[in-house]
Amino acid sequence: MAGGKEIKTKIASVQNTQKITAAMEMVAASKMRRAQDQMFATRPYAQRIANVVSHVASAHPEYKHPFLIDRPIKRIGLIAISTDRGLCGGLNTNMFKKALNHIGDFDDEGIEIKVVTFGTKALGFFKRIGAKVVAETSHIGDRPEIAKIIGPVQVLLGSFEKGEVDAIYLISNEFVNTMTQQPTVTQLVPVEPAPDEELKHHWDYIYEPDSKEVLDSLLERYIESLVYQGVVENVACEMAARMIAMKSATDNASDMIDELQLIYNRERQAGITQEISEIVGGAAAV
Amino acid sequence: MANTIQVDIVSAEEQIFSGEAYMVYAPAVMGEVGIAPRHTPLISPLKPGEVRLDMGDGKEEFFFISGGILEVQPHLVTVLSDTAIRADDLDEAAALEAQKRAEAALADQQSDLDIAKAKAELVAAAAQIQAIKKLKKK
Repeated sequence: MAGGKEIKTKIASVQNTQKITAAMEMVAASKMRRAQDQMFATRPYAQRIANVVSHVASAHPEYKHPFLIDRPIKRIGLIAISTDRGLCGGLNTNMFKKALNHIGDFDDEGIEIKVVTFGTKALGFFKRIGAKVVAETSHIGDRPEIAKIIGPVQVLLGSFEKGEVDAIYLISNEFVNTMTQQPTVTQLVPVEPAPDEELKHHWDYIYEPDSKEVLDSLLERYIESLVYQGVVENVACEMAARMIAMKSATDNASDMIDELQLIYNRERQAGITQEISEIVGGAAAV
Repeated sequence: MANTIQVDIVSAEEQIFSGEAYMVYAPAVMGEVGIAPRHTPLISPLKPGEVRLDMGDGKEEFFFISGGILEVQPHLVTVLSDTAIRADDLDEAAALEAQKRAEAALADQQSDLDIAKAKAELVAAAAQIQAIKKLKKK
C-alpha cells in the first residue's frame, strides 16, 4: 500500500481538479443562461421568415426558384454544427453518430457527400473519417454573429445552383432542456415550406423589382437563418452539456477524495498500531 | 382597430418592434414605399435606410435598418432586417475564405471516406464509457 505522504499528495491533486471542474460548471451555467436568451431572441425572425417563405410557396410566381424544386439526388451537401471545445459530455459524439447514420445510407448508394463544418470538433471528425470538407468556420464564440456563417453556407448554396449537390442537410443539436440535447437532421434545400392554411385561395404578390431577385434574397436568408439558429442553439447545448458533465466530474472528485481519505486514515492507524506493538514487543524483550 | 396594420420588425439576432401602426414607410430597392392597411400583397428587398411608422396623433417611430426584406399582407407588414452588411461580392469573398480554410485544414488528409471505420471507432468509444461507468459503480 502507498505511503501516507503519497496519498496526501494525491488527495490534494484531486482537490485541485475538483476546484477547476466546479468553476467550469459555474461558468457554463451562467453562459448557458445567456445562450438561451440569445436562442429565444432569434426565434421571432426564424418564425417570420418561415411564414413569409410559406406565403411565397402558396403564391404562384411565374418564376420557380431552383431551391424549391426537387431533383434526383446524386450528390448531397451536409452542414454539421459542433462545438469548438471539448469537455461537454457526449454532445459532439452523439451528433457525429447521427451524422454517420444519415450519410451512411447515402454512401451505400454511392452518393457523393460534401461537408461544411462549424466548430473545430466537426472539422476534426470529418477530416479523420476522410469526408470531403468544402468549407469550414470555427471559433465562432459564445455570441455567434450571422456574418460568420454567410460564407460557408454560400459555398454549398453555390454548388447547389451549379448542380454539384442535389440536396443540403443540416445536422445540429436541438436544445430540449438543460438535461437533454437531441441531435437532429433538417433538410435545408430543396426548401420544404410548411403549408399555410389561411391562404388557400389563388393570389400573388407584387414583386419588386422582379420575382427572381426577391426569391433569391429571401430563400438565401431563410436558409441562413435556419443555420444561424442551429449555431445559436448549439451554443446553448454546449453550455448545458458542459454544465452537466462538470457537475458529475465534481461529484466524482468528491467520491474519490472520500475514498482516498479513508485509505489514508487506515494507513495512519496501521502505522500507529505497528509502532505500539513494536514498543510493547521491545519492552517485553528487555 | 380597423384602420391600423400589424407591423413586425425583426432581425436575425432579435425582435426589434411588434405592434400596430397607421402607416409604414420603408426604403424598398425601387424607392421608398408607403404601406397603408389593406395594401395588396407585396414583397421586396430593402435598401439600407430608415423604416418609419406612423403611430397616430402625429407620433412617429424610426428604425434604422441595413437592408433586408419587406413582406406585405393585407393586415400584416413584416420587415426582415439584416444585421450583416450584404453585397454579392462580399458574400462571395466570405465563401472563398471559408473554402480556403477548409482546404488548408485538409492539406494533410490522405484517407478516403471510411464510414465503417468511423462507426467502429465510435462504438469503441461508447464501450469505453460504459466500462468506466461500470468500474465506478464497483
